[in-house]
Amino acid sequence: MFVYMDHTATTPTNPEVLKAMMPYFSEKFGNPSSVYSFSKEARNAIEHAREQVAKAFNAEPSEIYFTSSGSEADNWALKGTLDKALKSGKGDHLITSQIEHHAILHTAQYLEKYRGVKVTYLPVDSEGRVNPDDVEKAITDKTALVSIMFANNEVGTIQPVKKIGEICRAHKVPFHTDAVQAAAQLNIDVKDLNIDMMSISGHKMYAPKGVGALFLRKGVNPENFLHGGAQERRHRASTENVAGIVGLGAAIEILKGRLNDDKAKISAWRDKIIAGIQNKIPHAKLNGALGEERLPNNINFSFIGVEGETLLLDLDAKGISASTGSACSSESLDPSHVLLAMGLKHEQAHGSLRFTLGRLTTDEHVNYLLDVLPEIIERRRNMSPLWEDYLKSLKA
Amino acid sequence: MALDYSKKVMDHFINPRNVGEIENPDGVGEAGNPKCGDIMKIYLKVNDADKTIEDVKFKTFGCASAIASSSMATELIKGKSIEDAWDLTNNAVAEALDGLPPIKMHCSVLAEEAIHTAINDYRAKHGLEVIPMEKHED
Repeated sequence: MFVYMDHTATTPTNPEVLKAMMPYFSEKFGNPSSVYSFSKEARNAIEHAREQVAKAFNAEPSEIYFTSSGSEADNWALKGTLDKALKSGKGDHLITSQIEHHAILHTAQYLEKYRGVKVTYLPVDSEGRVNPDDVEKAITDKTALVSIMFANNEVGTIQPVKKIGEICRAHKVPFHTDAVQAAAQLNIDVKDLNIDMMSISGHKMYAPKGVGALFLRKGVNPENFLHGGAQERRHRASTENVAGIVGLGAAIEILKGRLNDDKAKISAWRDKIIAGIQNKIPHAKLNGALGEERLPNNINFSFIGVEGETLLLDLDAKGISASTGSACSSESLDPSHVLLAMGLKHEQAHGSLRFTLGRLTTDEHVNYLLDVLPEIIERRRNMSPLWEDYLKSLKA
Repeated sequence: MALDYSKKVMDHFINPRNVGEIENPDGVGEAGNPKCGDIMKIYLKVNDADKTIEDVKFKTFGCASAIASSSMATELIKGKSIEDAWDLTNNAVAEALDGLPPIKMHCSVLAEEAIHTAINDYRAKHGLEVIPMEKHED
């Protein structure tokens, strides 16, 4: 059985989306910037996709800029805003959080190192939540941007975006949110939520890899990130990924049409898995917030005494694809920065597993996971000196 | 990150040899720490007459290569004299596994260190000179 439980890593392109994209490879291949009428089809397709994306988030089509990815949108928002603020002398301070995706964190570190930007990395509580009061306290007259993610990719905790947006608005500081995970699962109204900039990514929402978008509220104009031609109304150079953009638009339209149904179905599975793990596996710690404050598709547990990569390979042998915050599955020696920021010990972070559900999930998959996981954990715990020590510490 | 492990690593990871503990062991050694995500504990039963390793067991917290390295290292020292067992290098463990990904080489170092610590534990208990441990750059 192939049980894909890593929808946060990426999603399959919806066949309907792929169908909408197909004509833009070999038939309607015109360069959208060309003058002749043949290229108009490509140009129109992009503008249609822009309307689809704008509508989904209650934005104006003129406020949507297509990019190559969510990472590019994040880079653009941060570097473009800070570059402008530095040049005009209006500010040199960026506020973000300790649990951001690396697309934000590493960009912030770049700005510190090469542009002399001062960055505040706000802490989070034990469930991975940024406190809006901390945002307000961190704002100074030099603050050029606040960037707080909409929902965390590892533990699924949804941030108090509206409140943070309100605070930023009151202090006249632009507010960017990385909504790469949230956009596929939650209703987002950029007007209601006081969002000035928002990054999204196609492949997290059943569109292909290689396409994303940045929402820029009218009047919010970060310096360009990619220089060259006059595409995207002179704000983002490079010939458009027409098929990808068409795919992003189609995927978002389909997604928004079924969002509430998906949310109900997927969060019911999520809660069944959480309850099942808590019933069947002793000393399993749920990471992240509960209920409405958690992404509908996210399950993240720490299993004390065992290491995540080991569990991933055991699960893989059973046909289940999942993810871990352990360092062993990364290039670094440190485990997940998100789990550490939430106050977990290193060994708890090393022993974390994430399952993220989506359109490929079925009842059968959920039952199968709950069937095989307890045995896997028990077997590996019995090989572990840490588990032995942990059991002894409980008796002491 | 998808790691490409050799068939041997996967075999020793899925079906590790010599897992467990020895009651009243003659030597115990531990290496690694939970912060790095790897701890290896080795238990030895040594024949006092000819100083050979009669039995060896391990318990390991760590990734697949840490478990496979423990399994392979215990296989390689079983039946050997404590002098020969001491000479088992981390490279020999990695080679016996048909190689480890470069980022995982520290797992084989851990096996060597745990064995050295266990042998020294035995030597100290039996009035033998404790051998200075080499520190690996890791």
